[in-house]
Amino acid sequence: MIPDLVLDCRGMRCPLPVIELARRIAEVDIGSIVAVVADDPAAAADVPAWCRLRGHEYAGAGAPVHGTPSYLVRRSR
Amino acid sequence: MRATISVRGVPGNLDGYLDAASTEPLHPAAREVLLAALDDGWADPARLYGAARRARLLLDNAREVVAAAIGARPDEVAFTTSGTQAVHLGVLGTASARRRVGHRVVVSAVEHSSVLQAAAAHAASGGEVTHVPVDHDGRVDAGGYAEAVDDATALACLQAANHEVGTLQPVAAVAEACAGRGVPLLVDAAQVVGRLPVPTGWSLLAASAHKWGGPAGIGVLAVRHGVRWRSPLPDDERGSGRVPGFEDVPAALAAAAALRARTEEAASLAASQAALVDRIRARVPDLLPDVEVVGHPEQRLPHLVTFSCLYVDGEALLLELDKEGFAVSSGSSCTASTLRPSHVLEAMGVLTHGNVRVSLARTTTASEVDRFLDVLPGVVQRMRSTAGVDRL
Repeated sequence: MIPDLVLDCRGMRCPLPVIELARRIAEVDIGSIVAVVADDPAAAADVPAWCRLRGHEYAGAGAPVHGTPSYLVRRSR
Repeated sequence: MRATISVRGVPGNLDGYLDAASTEPLHPAAREVLLAALDDGWADPARLYGAARRARLLLDNAREVVAAAIGARPDEVAFTTSGTQAVHLGVLGTASARRRVGHRVVVSAVEHSSVLQAAAAHAASGGEVTHVPVDHDGRVDAGGYAEAVDDATALACLQAANHEVGTLQPVAAVAEACAGRGVPLLVDAAQVVGRLPVPTGWSLLAASAHKWGGPAGIGVLAVRHGVRWRSPLPDDERGSGRVPGFEDVPAALAAAAALRARTEEAASLAASQAALVDRIRARVPDLLPDVEVVGHPEQRLPHLVTFSCLYVDGEALLLELDKEGFAVSSGSSCTASTLRPSHVLEAMGVLTHGNVRVSLARTTTASEVDRFLDVLPGVVQRMRSTAGVDRL
């Protein structure tokens, strides 16, 4: 799955990666994919939880970027 | 330089104290008994003269009271120096004694860190550990847990209730499955003893006195007759051969007094606390947008409720609430040295930041809860607006 927008959240501590995601999700069209690249271990739980709370779809883990985990979100509204 | 001692000798202010799951202030019944027993139970309970026999009597009395409260026989009960030590001894002593049966220790993913660390120590000495996952409410599936327990399992561990989110675990069903395989079950009952009926079916039980209003420095380890257990520590004759070192008789008796008092008031206290917790659970999502109340909606502790606020740093929120006069705890660790969020919230797959655990003390009133609900929305909204995330 090729993301339409990649958010480099390396070095950010929670809740900053999720704040970045919330700020920028509107930059892509509904149905498009945003990748959150984050080394904060909290992101693994917080990105899916954000999707659930905000009505977006968590599309699973993406390919690591230079060894950093990424998390895919499909804009749903 | 000469060190000085500074203690005020006046009762601490309990107004706004909403962190009873960390520790409950000393119960009045315990305070009275503690002061009396400091004078009456100071001698060495292992000796034979009068004062020593008196100390032994008090210690035996404490054991009887605790045994009755947890559904054990007095000689199955030993006092440890903490709930953590009770868990460490319980896990490692059973794993060691049953080494010939197998090397596996089964734990739920949301156990208290004392259980997980004891299991990690077991793994470090060549054992195996299986972590049983939980659902979104933090509850293990009894059938799933049973599947993880095999004939090579030395010990299974399951908490009675989760300390961070309040979810009760299906101990009775898991105990039945373990008994069917002849595998002992250690139940960490720290959050339920003195609050709820203690689940039956345990082989070993661990608890902590300061959680029920006893003094700190006293834990309980109960080992059922017939359960194989060998101390992982050097031999010592004290503590029924289970816990090394000179017993703190006054504290043990005070712990027992607190437990008896708490057990007597448990049902009525649980009912009034559950009503206040229900109020928090219902009101918080109405008062605040983007909040997730976590933990099982029905199968839960009466006095504890946990929620997470999106876009907020949990530890910063805790400090802001402290400024408003409220003491709460947080499973978030955005700034903590561990760098890892709460393993409980992680295992549940719920929001790990902006987390607040409210746990009602015995003395918490409805008006304190209402004041907390008045203050909370403003605090969170202020933090969100400072961070520029209030319109996201």
